[in-house]
Amino acid sequence: MSNKFIPHTPDDISRMMEAVGIRSLDELYGDIPAEVIFNRDYLIPSEMSEVEIRRHFDELASKNHSLKVFAGGGVYDHYAPSVIPHLLSRSEFYTAYTPYQPEISQGTLQYIFEYQSIICELTGMEVTNASMYDGATATAEAMFMMVASAKKRNRVLLSATLRENVAEVVKTYAKFRGIDISVVPERDGVTDLDALKAELAKDDVAGVILPQPNKYGIIEDLSGVAEAVHAAKAQLALHADPSTLAVLKTPAEWGADIACGDGQSLGMPMQFGGPYLGFIATGKGNIRKIPGRVVGATKDADGKRAFVLTLQAREQHIRREKATSNICSNQSLMSLYATIYVALMGKQGMVEVNALSADGASYLHDKLLATGLFEEAFPGKPFLKEFALKSSLDAPALEKHLAERGFMGGIPMADGLFVFAVTEKRSREEIDAFVNSIVDFAK
Amino acid sequence: MKYYDKLIFELSRPGRKGYSLPKNRFDRNALAALPAGLKRGEAAELPEVSELDVVRHYTNLSSKNFGVDTGFYPLGSCTMKYNPKIDEEVAAHPGFLTLHPLQYSGSVQGALELYYNLQKMLSELAGLEEFTLNPYAGAHGELTGLMVMKAYHQRRGDLKRTKVIVPNSAHGTNPASAMVAGLQVVEVKSKPNGSIDVEDLKPLLDDTVAGIMMTNPNTLGMFETEILEIARLVHEAGGLLYYDGANLNPLLGKVRPGDMGFDIMHINLHKTFATPHGGGGPGSGPVGVREGLESLLPNPKVVKREDGSFELVCEEGAFGNVSSFLGNYAVMMKAYAYILSLGKENIRLVGPMATLNANYIKENLKDDYLLPIQGVCKHEFVFDGLKDKSTGVTTLNVAKRLLDYGFHAPTIYFPLLFHESMMIEPTETESKETLDEFIEVMHKVAHEARETPELVLDAPVTTLVRKLDETTAAKNPILTYRALLAQQDGND
Repeated sequence: MSNKFIPHTPDDISRMMEAVGIRSLDELYGDIPAEVIFNRDYLIPSEMSEVEIRRHFDELASKNHSLKVFAGGGVYDHYAPSVIPHLLSRSEFYTAYTPYQPEISQGTLQYIFEYQSIICELTGMEVTNASMYDGATATAEAMFMMVASAKKRNRVLLSATLRENVAEVVKTYAKFRGIDISVVPERDGVTDLDALKAELAKDDVAGVILPQPNKYGIIEDLSGVAEAVHAAKAQLALHADPSTLAVLKTPAEWGADIACGDGQSLGMPMQFGGPYLGFIATGKGNIRKIPGRVVGATKDADGKRAFVLTLQAREQHIRREKATSNICSNQSLMSLYATIYVALMGKQGMVEVNALSADGASYLHDKLLATGLFEEAFPGKPFLKEFALKSSLDAPALEKHLAERGFMGGIPMADGLFVFAVTEKRSREEIDAFVNSIVDFAK
Repeated sequence: MKYYDKLIFELSRPGRKGYSLPKNRFDRNALAALPAGLKRGEAAELPEVSELDVVRHYTNLSSKNFGVDTGFYPLGSCTMKYNPKIDEEVAAHPGFLTLHPLQYSGSVQGALELYYNLQKMLSELAGLEEFTLNPYAGAHGELTGLMVMKAYHQRRGDLKRTKVIVPNSAHGTNPASAMVAGLQVVEVKSKPNGSIDVEDLKPLLDDTVAGIMMTNPNTLGMFETEILEIARLVHEAGGLLYYDGANLNPLLGKVRPGDMGFDIMHINLHKTFATPHGGGGPGSGPVGVREGLESLLPNPKVVKREDGSFELVCEEGAFGNVSSFLGNYAVMMKAYAYILSLGKENIRLVGPMATLNANYIKENLKDDYLLPIQGVCKHEFVFDGLKDKSTGVTTLNVAKRLLDYGFHAPTIYFPLLFHESMMIEPTETESKETLDEFIEVMHKVAHEARETPELVLDAPVTTLVRKLDETTAAKNPILTYRALLAQQDGND
């Protein structure tokens, strides 16, 4: 037996055994009770060559269908510049460990510093970390931060307009940690602010989590919300889409204490759900409550600018059960992805992406209404790239019909709603063909 | 090559661009139609750079990094294997890369099949019933596993089991994950050889204990020989055993956690299954459970129907959700390709060759470095610094001197059982020649410590930067370019 990932020749093995003072490899496991030694063959496939592995993946891929996506649900088919995979495949980046040895990790440390700078520019916040697992877990960590700040209060309000898969994770984390969650109902597709204020009046709320844009793609008018939350001695976390923050009012401008969300919209491939990254950003006052790794600028012994992991006294490897969070890994390589994406798109490109997506979405919105098969779900509510319409079409049958024609349509939700999304990748012709396909289905 | 230390923001020039987008042919201006109150006041200060600026900048940054492809990482507890290139290639397969996670099941059968197959393979390799691949990392797997543990007791109506026993030698994530799962940590002592003190464990095992978290081999690289007794005691007391898969590598091919009595475990795909560490992530931390616990695993789940098709479902019995979708899917693709590359034949070599490598280094260095625990280790072992304590040279100094010689440092000052811990784990992918080179350098550093200690105390001297001021960085945190500019303005 030999394999290209295990370099030991029979001669190596015998010389190494001699140096170790053993006569058989079994002696390496001599301390293990015989009854737990595994003696049969594993029931897994036999070794495959690269040719066979490629063939196997091609076969699996042939059972997938790449669709033209007209849906979002927190994952958007934005354009990914060609440069990014080239740079990400520099193996000095992807085969590196966590930058605990700063002298030989300045590449990683610097891009994380740049990433932190970009997240703060987009959200308007002052501090952030090196990234989280995803948008949902980042939102759960935002909840922990707010409860930790509130000391004795233990109740967190979630808007019903927060995307369901994010809310489910937040609720799961809350259930285990013993945090009470109350869901603030929606009205006309947005958070019911009267209901929110009534909950705040109970004087036991530690924090409030609202989405912007929400699960229908609506940009909620949050005027006065932060003031009301703060007056009730609670904190406000906004779950935001970082791509849209190039044009939308920032969480800081809305008066939020924490911004969180998923970085996927920064040009990341959809790759069936991950990896993406989560972000969490806040004000300077919260700096020691933030979870995970943080990179700071400093100087070395010769006065050169350098970067280090800092504020580590918050983290699990020092504080153990008293840490701010159990998080250890970040999504480092994906934070490099986000950084390169934003660097390429730049100040102007980030705005243009939003303009193109919003114009395409507006065009699709009008075309769908013109078919007579859809009606407005929430008339007059502002949106960017994602919007909801109402229809009596049979959702599962439509989904299948569209998939067979190469499209992914609106995501079906309760009450006959379909939520559509358009990015800069969708041409006018593609949108027309998509709409025609829906019309064909209805015939 | 010239020294490069620019930030991407410092390359920015107004009006320069690094992107191209399709022409806008929609004859409208949706942004202009948005109420002003919903738009940001000032543009974000993002870089304005050309494509070549970006390519050179990040290529230069990459050259300031050390990776597995650069050199040897004797990094204990981190299992820094070679990351096979075929894994990277297939993980970028366009037939997967373009899939939206909410696509209708009928259009993602291949993707669901891969998830299901990998889940089954891990179950077989671990000796457990079923895995969820949703957790994003090791600590996330621990949290998920502890949620399963707590939910198991709650399902039985046994609500007083709120404690989890953790050895004082455990990784820091163990107690932190327990805290996040809403469990109280009770520490069990370790014996001088690092293994759990069974006599100390016995009185802890009452009806408030939900379970125990262990690694085996433990953080000193020693196999817990009393594992069957520990499993019996914990199970008799009504608790469950959690296996921290951080140290799984030496057991691959030899011992399965399920066969040792463990009920729940996580696997770090970025350790044992060779997916790249990515400079700190993305990783993947699948969680496996024994029969009877599988319905508790988090949603969403991939199930196989009788007709052979696959479906993504959310089930009532699950304890909840820990991820937006199915976790770090592309990382799973890499681990899957890795297992196929080895196959059932070669996967048996992984544990023994990793263990042989570790013992080979240990035996060759124990004349110069203090080996507190004698005997055969597994994939890693711990030195308590240099044997000669008179030189004033610490473990930190040795670690930094290794950087000068082109090696990554070992894990240092962990475990906390010794003052000068130096934890070394070579993995099976390193050749005897690489190990010999490392051994030679370690001897050289020990020699320097005796003869010319200033050389070691001053290290590193060959790295791009050295002796960073970490105290000021923590006291006055500068975390963004904007803060850096403000600081520079303040200094002018």
